[in-house]
This record gives sequence, structure tokens and C-alpha cells, in this order.
Amino acid sequence: MDRNQLTIALVGNPNTGKTTVFNSLTGLKQKIGNYPGVTVERKTGVLQLDGVRHTIIDLPGTYSLNPKSIDERIAYETLIGKYEYEATPNLAIVIVDASNLERNLYLVTQVMDLGIPMIVVLNMMDVAEERGINADPERIQNLLHVPVVPMAAKREKEIVKLREAISRHDLTPATPLLWSPSDRLQQIITHIKDEWLKPHTHLPKNSWNVEALRLLSNTHILDELKNDPAFDSAKKVVEKARKQMEESGDNWMAAEVMARYNFIAGYRGDQDESSGLKSTLTDKIDSIVTHKILGPIVFVLILLVMFESIFTWATPFMDLIDLGFIQLGSVASHLLPAGILNDLIVQGVIAGLGGVVVFLPQIMFLFFFISVLEGTGYMARAAFVMDGFMSRIGLHGRSVVPLISGFACAVPGIMATRTIESWRDRLITIMVLPFMSCSARLPVYALMISAFIPRTFILGFISLQGLVFFGLYLFGIVTAIIAAFVMKHLFSNERPTPFIMELPSYKMPRWSSVFRNMVDRGWIFVTEAGKVIVAISIILWFLASFPKVHKPGDNAAGINLEHTSQVLSQPQGKKDSFDPTESQAAYQLTHSYAGMFGHFMEPAIKPLGFDWKLGIGLISSFAAREVMVGTLNTIYSIQDENGSIATLKQKMIADRDPRTGRPVYSMLTAISLMLFFALACQCMSTLATVRRETNSWKWPAVMFLYMTSLAYLASLLVYQGGLMLGLG
Amino acid sequence: MLRLSELKQPQKTRITRIDGPEMIRLMEMGITPGLPLEIVRTAPLGYPIEIKIRGYLLSLREAEASCVFLEQV
Repeated sequence: MDRNQLTIALVGNPNTGKTTVFNSLTGLKQKIGNYPGVTVERKTGVLQLDGVRHTIIDLPGTYSLNPKSIDERIAYETLIGKYEYEATPNLAIVIVDASNLERNLYLVTQVMDLGIPMIVVLNMMDVAEERGINADPERIQNLLHVPVVPMAAKREKEIVKLREAISRHDLTPATPLLWSPSDRLQQIITHIKDEWLKPHTHLPKNSWNVEALRLLSNTHILDELKNDPAFDSAKKVVEKARKQMEESGDNWMAAEVMARYNFIAGYRGDQDESSGLKSTLTDKIDSIVTHKILGPIVFVLILLVMFESIFTWATPFMDLIDLGFIQLGSVASHLLPAGILNDLIVQGVIAGLGGVVVFLPQIMFLFFFISVLEGTGYMARAAFVMDGFMSRIGLHGRSVVPLISGFACAVPGIMATRTIESWRDRLITIMVLPFMSCSARLPVYALMISAFIPRTFILGFISLQGLVFFGLYLFGIVTAIIAAFVMKHLFSNERPTPFIMELPSYKMPRWSSVFRNMVDRGWIFVTEAGKVIVAISIILWFLASFPKVHKPGDNAAGINLEHTSQVLSQPQGKKDSFDPTESQAAYQLTHSYAGMFGHFMEPAIKPLGFDWKLGIGLISSFAAREVMVGTLNTIYSIQDENGSIATLKQKMIADRDPRTGRPVYSMLTAISLMLFFALACQCMSTLATVRRETNSWKWPAVMFLYMTSLAYLASLLVYQGGLMLGLG
Repeated sequence: MLRLSELKQPQKTRITRIDGPEMIRLMEMGITPGLPLEIVRTAPLGYPIEIKIRGYLLSLREAEASCVFLEQV
């Protein structure tokens, strides 16, 4: 059959298996991005059918076409052809959860009012059967007069039925207002069309029914229209309509919804109203996982298993990636002639890329678990169990998993906040997430604690070092809670988003979707955040490598360069044959722009107890926190491979101020520095991810400024307070 | 007539009325007058509460639950 290219929109409630249908229809021919200006994900794909390539848009999940969130607005405006970034669909496929028919058919009746050709997919027939719900496709088709395709998305082959239904569809539009609104309601719809929609708006004609009903029943609609030049007419029309409804004894808010649900009840015929209410496996699992006492315990156990696995599974991959990039760097430095280009490629580009790719294992493992938890339906339960606590501090039950992911790394944690529907809750979660002590802080904590916190035991068995370590983690959590609480009040002028959350039936996750999601998240991170990270790496490299200087007395520059590449390519290379106390690398770094800046900013960080060496470390640690240790290694000219922390530790302890002869670092300096690391936002990957997830530079800028100011203040208070108490 | 927020023990009830600014959203989710509503459980710390309506499970915070009026059956 010959057919033009179609634009097909997939519409449906959340949790109906819409994405699975999308994946089966499009295969690998997909594109994921963001809608311009907002953070709603846009997914499109290509359906190859009878030799024609149709475009499929996977619209955000929505319960209604009376939009209340950005997601729903995009879904609605795309369907009526008003959304400027999307083509107008010629066909709507509405995915319906057969085990939850009534609420799902509500959306179906709304899409029908748009008068566009449509197909209803009765998905999850298998779940409905298990639960004893009789979802009869024929009965529904007779009720709605649109093609109905029964499917169990689990059974992969059934997608053929949908493909056939698409080829066979004659593109006859669905019948609007089939749900038979009362005569009064009909009159009012016509009145609003004639008096407002037709003369004063440019809305597409097929949206008029839904728009008229929205004007009648949405209590916030007049706020939405208050900037409209013809606002007075709108107000008059709306108020008249509502008054007419009241006069005839109808509730203008409820009339439409009631009429739709009454119509939907027609499919049920003579079936018992309580069918499908029988006890199911879901009820049995829920009696444990949402139990008042057992629920939180189960949740903590699941998290424990999850993060243990992420750490143990991801570490070998991360080490491998690290090693791979070191090898790549040494190969490149051999192949390229020595010089600036070599340095740029090896120390700027390859090191920067390595810094991006090293996050991939953690991101992919985290999203593996998150997809499984979402796919099974457990995530909503976790949110249910935790919401009582989280809502008190201004967050959402769904904030818990992203926040705890932050202990591994803030980057995947921030990406995981997508499961939070409310923008306010999501933003607060993102803004406090970097306070959770991520694994990149570990090397710094380990160095400072082992060097400057005494190895004493409290009560004979509690190690002071361990206690400080634990304290730093706790400090991060408490700070996150306080910050969330403050932000909740700062953002309180926004209309609170209602908490109406479905707890979907449990089901086995679809492994193809799980793996697909893992790969997608990884790819998005590498392509979006990666660009920014590589760019900043190159800038930091430049600051640390220029201007080019040579140590006095080393007049043979060529030897130096050779030496540098030797160190890079063979870490086991001979000990530095130059000055044993200061190598060329250390000399270069301390005299670079970064070094100058370290000296320059010393007056600003002196009150925190930091000298210029820590200053350089702070600048370079903006690339990633753990770089701090590497930078200090370079400054202290530690080049033997088995030296690392142990040697650095000794050198730092032994470091004396040349003027006073007193130690440069004390326990107080160490605590001040660790507090600074606990609070400051020294991570460009985090900032790049925030920029991607909020779609603006505003929030990463706010995050950087408030976290770093907080870090400065905390370190200042502790160091100066400590000095006053004579602890210096 | 009682508000859903006042009933916390698992029990079977019938919806009599919906109120408040989020009325439409609640009704669109299927919470309509005359329908049986079962209170399934409450979360730790008292909220949200979990209800069964039209054969599916839904959870609401206190603010939303106080908009739903019920009678015991």
C-alpha cells in the first residue's frame, strides 16, 4: 500500500510501557535530546513500514490533556500542532494499561476530542489477565469507534499487530465529544468557542473542544491568560460560562470529568464494579516493602547492595580506563614531536577525555540499577516510604536515590534526578547533591587525615582518624539537609506541586529497555557534559603549563623535554638526576599562571590556613578533586612511583616556613582544608552536568558561588576559631 | 462525613465530595464522588497515605488527602 510519510505521536499515562512500545517500533533508529529551553526529554525515532520511513515522537507521559506541568504542556501542544519545535502528528497512538483501564481511558477520550486519527494500544494484557480484569478489546473498540490493538509488551512479537494496524489505518479522525457531554455543557463549549477561541486566539481548530473545557474547569486558567491583550473578554466569557453551569445546578469544575468517567464506565457493561480488586502479588510484596518499619529497612538494604555493587563492579573498569588513557598518552607523546602540541594533546586533550570517560562505569551501573528499580515499580515505593522524611526538609521521596548516588559521584546522581517530576523538588535536590561526600574527595581526606590527625584511640577502641572520616561524611549529609531546608523556604513563592503519585503494579523489568537506558545515559554524559569538561581541562592545562620557564642552571632545554616525556612514558624511570629538592616539573608549575595565581591568592586563603602550594592545588582540583593530591605530588617533586601518599605525607609534615621555621601545616590546617573540600564545588564535571540538566548556566553559577562561599566561611571560622583557642 | 486525611486506618470507604484547588487533578486521576475508596496504609511518619481506587494504587500527601471527603461503609 502506498502511503505518505506520517508523523506519529505516542501518547499515554506514565507506567504504561510506552517507552517499550517506542523501542520496539523504532529499534535502534532513535534520537534523544532536550526540548529547547526546557529540561523535558525529547525522543524521536524512525519506523520503517512498507518501505516508508515514518517519524515517531515519544511524548512525555501524561495523565490528562489539561496540562499542569511542562511535560504535559509539551504533550498537549504537540498533539494540537501548536508546539513550535515539533511537527503536527497525523496519527496518535495512545498506549493504555489494560490492568488500569478506567483512568487510562480518561486520556483516550481527551485525545479523541482533538479529532485526529488514532489507534488505542491495550498494553499489558497479561497483567490484566493475572489480576482477573476483563479488558475486552472488541468492547472497547465498539465504545470508542477507533482501532484497538491488544498487546502484551512482554511478548516481543506482538509489535507486529501494531505495525499492521498502522499500515491498515485509513486516517479517519476519531469522533470528538463522543463521551456525550450534557446539553448544558455542549452549549457552553459552543459559547466559549464563538466568543473567545474563534475571535481572540490563533489556536488550531481541532483543539477548541479541549481548550473550551479547560477554560471552564481549570481554576488557574485566568492567571495563565492575564497577559493576553483581550484578557477582559476571556474573563467575561469564562465567568459567564461558570455562572450558567451553577445556575443549572452543575459543578463547573467537576462536570466534564464526571461525564467522561460515566462514559468510560460504559465499557464495563454488566461486569462487577469491584472486579480487579482481588489480592495480588503486588499487595503481598507491598505489605513488606511499604511496611512502616520493614519498609525503610528493605530500602536501606537495597541501597546497600546497590552501592556496594557499583563500587566493586565499577572500580576495575575505572582502573582500566585510567590505564588505557595513560597508555594512550604515552603512545601519543612518543608519536608526536616534542613541544607544545605534544603537551596540549597529551596533558590537555587526552587527560581531559580520560577525566570524562572515567565516570562512565559508575554512570552506567547506577542507571542499570535505577532502570531496574523503575522498571519493576519499586522506585515509587521507595519514594512513598521516604517521602514523610524528605518532604519535611523540602525534598521529595524520589530525591533519596539520587542523593545517595552522590556518595559515589555527584554526576550520575544529578542525572538521576530526572525521576523527580516537580521542577522545584528536582532543582533543590540537584543543588544540595554535591554536598554528599563523593569518592573523589577520598584521596584528599586520606592524605590529610593520615598526615595530620593523630593515630589515637578514644576510649581505647574508637580511632580518632576514623571518627574524623565519619564526621566529614556526616557533615556533608547535615549540610545538604540544612541547605535543602533553606532553599525550600527561598522557593516557597512557587505554587507547591501536589503530590499525587501512582504506585504501579510490580512487573519484571524489560532487559532490553534497561540496557538501552544505560547506554543512552552514558552517551548523553559523554557528548553533552564531555564537551565542557574537555574544554575546561585544556584551559587548566594551559594555566599550569604557561608561560614556559626553565629552572635556572638547566640551560639545555632539550634535555628537560626529553626528561619529561621519559617520566610520562616510563613511570619506572630512573630517579630525577637534577636538583633532588625541586624538579623542572615543579619549577614549571610554580612559575606558571596557575602558580602565579596560587601566590596571588595567598592573601585570600591565608586566613583559612592555606599557603600558596595549597592554592595551586585548589585551582587544579577544579578539574577534579582528586587532582589535588597529584598536584601536591608535583609541587613536592615526588616522582618515584612507590612514593605517592606516603612520601607526600612525610614531605608535608616536614615542610617548614623558611622565615619562622614553624611547620607550614598543622592539624588545624588539615581540618580547615578538609572542610573546604567537603563544601566547595570544585568539580567541573558536576557543573557541566548541572548545566546540561537545568538547561542554563544560571544554576551551575549559583551552585559554584554558594557552595564555595560556604566552604570559605566554614574554613575561615574553624581556622580562626582554632587559632584563638590556641590550637594552631 | 470525614476527610481522607482524618482516616488513617486501613478501611473501605465511599467518596462523597472533592474540594480544594487540586480538585480537578484528583478527579482526573479517578477520584470521583460515589466511588469506593480503600485506605491501604500510611507511610512511615504518617504521610503519604496509600489508597486503592478504580483498581489501582495511588499515594497522596496530607494536603491532597484533606481535599477528599468520605463516608464509612
